[in-house]
Amino acid sequence: MAMARRYVSTRVRRREDPQLLTGRARYLDDLRLSGTLSVAILRSPHAHARLVEVDVRPALAAPGVEAVLTGEDVARLARPIRAEMSGPGYKTSGWPALARDKVRFVGEPVVAVVARDRYGAEDALEEVRVTYDPLPVLTNAELSMRPGAPRIHDDLTDNILFHTRFDNGAVERAFVAAELRLSHTFRHGRCTSAPMENRGALASFDAAEGILTLWASSQSPHLLRSGLAEALDLPESRLRVICPAVGGGFGPKMHLYPEDIIVCLLAQRLGRPVKWIEDRRENLLTSAQAREHVNHIEMAATGDGVILGFKATLICDVGAYSLYPVTAALEPVTAASIIPGPYRIQGYSYDAYAVATNKCPAGAYRGVGMALGTFVRERLVDMVARRTGLDPAEVRRRNFIAATDVPFTTASGLVIDSGNPTESLDQALEAAGYDALRKDQRRSSTTTYRGIGLCSYTEFTGMGSGTFRRRGMSQIAGHDAATVRVEPTGEVRGFVSAASQGQGHATTLAQVLADEIGVPMAAVSIVEGDTERCPYGSGSFASRSMVVSGGALILAARRVRDKVIAIAAHMLEAARGDLVMEEGAIFVRGMAARRVTLGQVARLAYRPASGTLPPSVDPALEATQYYDPPPATFSIGTHVAVVDVDAETGQVAIVRYVVSEDCGTMVNPMIVEGQIHGAVAQGIGAALYEDVVYDDAGQPLTTSFMDYLLPTTMELPAIEVVHTETPPPVTVSGFKGMAEGGTIGATAAVANAVADALAPLGVEVHELPLSPDRLYRLIHQARKRP
Amino acid sequence: MKERTIRLTVNGRPYERTVEVRKTLADFLREDLDLTGTHLGCEHGVCGACTVVVNGEAVRSCLLFAVQLEGANILTVEGLADGDNLHPIQEAFWEHHGLQCGFCTPGFLLTLYCFLKETPRPSEAEIREAISGNLCRCTGYHNIVIAARAAAEKLASAGPTP
Ligand code: FES
Ligand code: FES
Repeated sequence: MAMARRYVSTRVRRREDPQLLTGRARYLDDLRLSGTLSVAILRSPHAHARLVEVDVRPALAAPGVEAVLTGEDVARLARPIRAEMSGPGYKTSGWPALARDKVRFVGEPVVAVVARDRYGAEDALEEVRVTYDPLPVLTNAELSMRPGAPRIHDDLTDNILFHTRFDNGAVERAFVAAELRLSHTFRHGRCTSAPMENRGALASFDAAEGILTLWASSQSPHLLRSGLAEALDLPESRLRVICPAVGGGFGPKMHLYPEDIIVCLLAQRLGRPVKWIEDRRENLLTSAQAREHVNHIEMAATGDGVILGFKATLICDVGAYSLYPVTAALEPVTAASIIPGPYRIQGYSYDAYAVATNKCPAGAYRGVGMALGTFVRERLVDMVARRTGLDPAEVRRRNFIAATDVPFTTASGLVIDSGNPTESLDQALEAAGYDALRKDQRRSSTTTYRGIGLCSYTEFTGMGSGTFRRRGMSQIAGHDAATVRVEPTGEVRGFVSAASQGQGHATTLAQVLADEIGVPMAAVSIVEGDTERCPYGSGSFASRSMVVSGGALILAARRVRDKVIAIAAHMLEAARGDLVMEEGAIFVRGMAARRVTLGQVARLAYRPASGTLPPSVDPALEATQYYDPPPATFSIGTHVAVVDVDAETGQVAIVRYVVSEDCGTMVNPMIVEGQIHGAVAQGIGAALYEDVVYDDAGQPLTTSFMDYLLPTTMELPAIEVVHTETPPPVTVSGFKGMAEGGTIGATAAVANAVADALAPLGVEVHELPLSPDRLYRLIHQARKRP
Repeated sequence: MKERTIRLTVNGRPYERTVEVRKTLADFLREDLDLTGTHLGCEHGVCGACTVVVNGEAVRSCLLFAVQLEGANILTVEGLADGDNLHPIQEAFWEHHGLQCGFCTPGFLLTLYCFLKETPRPSEAEIREAISGNLCRCTGYHNIVIAARAAAEKLASAGPTP
């Protein structure tokens, strides 16, 4: 029975919005459990130091204080967080929820105080006395990886947490054949996702049931539960994780953090709910950060712009600890694997490192690895254009994978399953009016330089366990799941392992489910973010929700629908194949009067005594489906950025921004575009402004929004979006993930636009962010050159 | 801990409460009045998530102490809709997908509420300027600006509001 899609591909208004718009939605800090106590955490002021003495007695005596927890206590009660990875090249040390022997970055939790309210808990922190013995500090990955560097983890042989080497066997040949060889070092700053809602955790222990419940501002409730079970040595059946409304995540909210463990331990001990809410300073000090690469890369190309190969050394500064469940390897392996992008590159080899330093741990952030890998590659593509005198668009065209090459295995071994990069480029150039832009560009003034930047990219989405197995990331499930249930009164409910942080799953998954069953959307609701109500799965990160949870939902819905049809056929005394289900009614094709409603079928399914079910059909209407998709499906896209750079101030103004993207079938184009807008904003932020800065002593200098600069309305342009839709052959849904392409594309497109603008001055762009002060310096250095 | 008793009106309702003098207006609204629609994104006056309207002006509730609000008339996001009828600004945000996670949204709504009263027919540049002190990490502001423009048109065509 062919299913007509009524809601999928339409711009349905979001169901979650009325709650959010009226202030009724409950985020973590809005939950109210009576008797809740608040935690404040004393954090290390040193980047690297031995803990000599921790004296908490005066704090215990402070008014309103209920308990104080130290590293010694935690060592007795919980295991350190361990990020495991199978395979060679990786080593890790645990991260105790409260520091015991040593502190390894500024902001690391040392003592937790729990009191009647946060004000009181913070007062009491001032009474804690800690004596530190400072150790040598490492803030530079290239120094930290040198033999003989001071060790950050005493139990490891050096600070290289991960190293891998790859050679596809064709790289030497490629370099021998090359007429053009480029060798450059690129750097990407350290970013933080800074969701507007900080992290938070609220734990409550039900002694009668023996159940510990953690409400967490998390993207990944089941993986969080598994990590907690390990750390607390509890069976998963005794743990429940619930995600309330979450105010943005973008990656860092998928990790297990010390504070999750601290509130659980305190709730267990005190028998009262215990809550910790991250403040912005803590967020900028301790929520997983990202990027921070140095990349030495050589490129081989022919004289007419055909790229032959890359040799890369990627060094990623991952901070003090490897994070559960992604490990420190996430950023370097993703960056390395994406470097070939949408191009037919013959030869490729790389060495990729994750190196520990005395900084905040680095983990997942929108566009992880891909933003860096794409920035490096697309800068090089533009450099080839400059050297050969070809237009940057033409160089891309000469190197693209052709639509007929797909599925295509890239030089790094990724399988691009679908998409047409040439079509994407053409669409973007046309939407931008590229030829006219180029003509117009020549009219730059002497102080303002106009630049046009392109970026073509591939986006790794909807990853299955195959990808995580290949990488050795054994703690990530890779699959997701859905339970579909038609209630006895006929409403259709989907329980999924995804967990929204603002992506609008309550709407988009309801669109998918309503179409799949054949009911009005009003009859459908989605439940997510609760390990007791939803089946086990990975959660929402790495652009996977629509592909994997959406795919599971479709498969479960099909099973339920088949059962509905079987029962209806029996009720109508018709053949199953003659039945159609639409708008919540099942009828004989061409005979709309011979019908039953889904409600009638459901009533019979749950109360078989009210009639008779077909002989081989069990009662109830419910199915649970686990779905482990293929290793990945790739979205593609092209960005065009047009900038004006003020050569006197180093200020960049983005005057046009055009995106062409292809994520297969769009469930809700309005939401797809919203994701692109937000992702582009984060890419522009990384390209121009955002940088977590540490001084040489490992002191973070960007601990407020006055120092860590998020783009505002004044920096961001209107963003024009056009689409192509190439459904992937490899997923059940026809959907691809798409939440990261905007960030991946924008970082490189803006960097290329600035480089294009300043080329007449002889400025080359190798390092992000291109903040006004950096650009000012580059422009002045270039002008001083003879 | 020093406490003081204050009387003020929030969303048209009079309250009398005794609060610690060091308690911020934001914490007072959220904890003492359970009006949790006012969100805290930074607690240092930059993000605008905590914006509420005090005596007709948009202010950052994380930067004020509750005791400074004696006698004040306050509007929070909970008071913006008229019963089940969304305010035109809320309606426009819904229609134009001006929110994703929604955490910043109350601050934008109330900032625009004050701005559009003063500037009923704003240009796009004026809108961007008016909300440049509010941070949103999800939307890139693109649809917020569109929603603001649509709200301005709706409000202007509906005539002056009280
Ligand atoms: S919380 Fe008040 S301005 Fe950010
Ligand atoms: S909608 Fe998430 S921060 Fe604005």
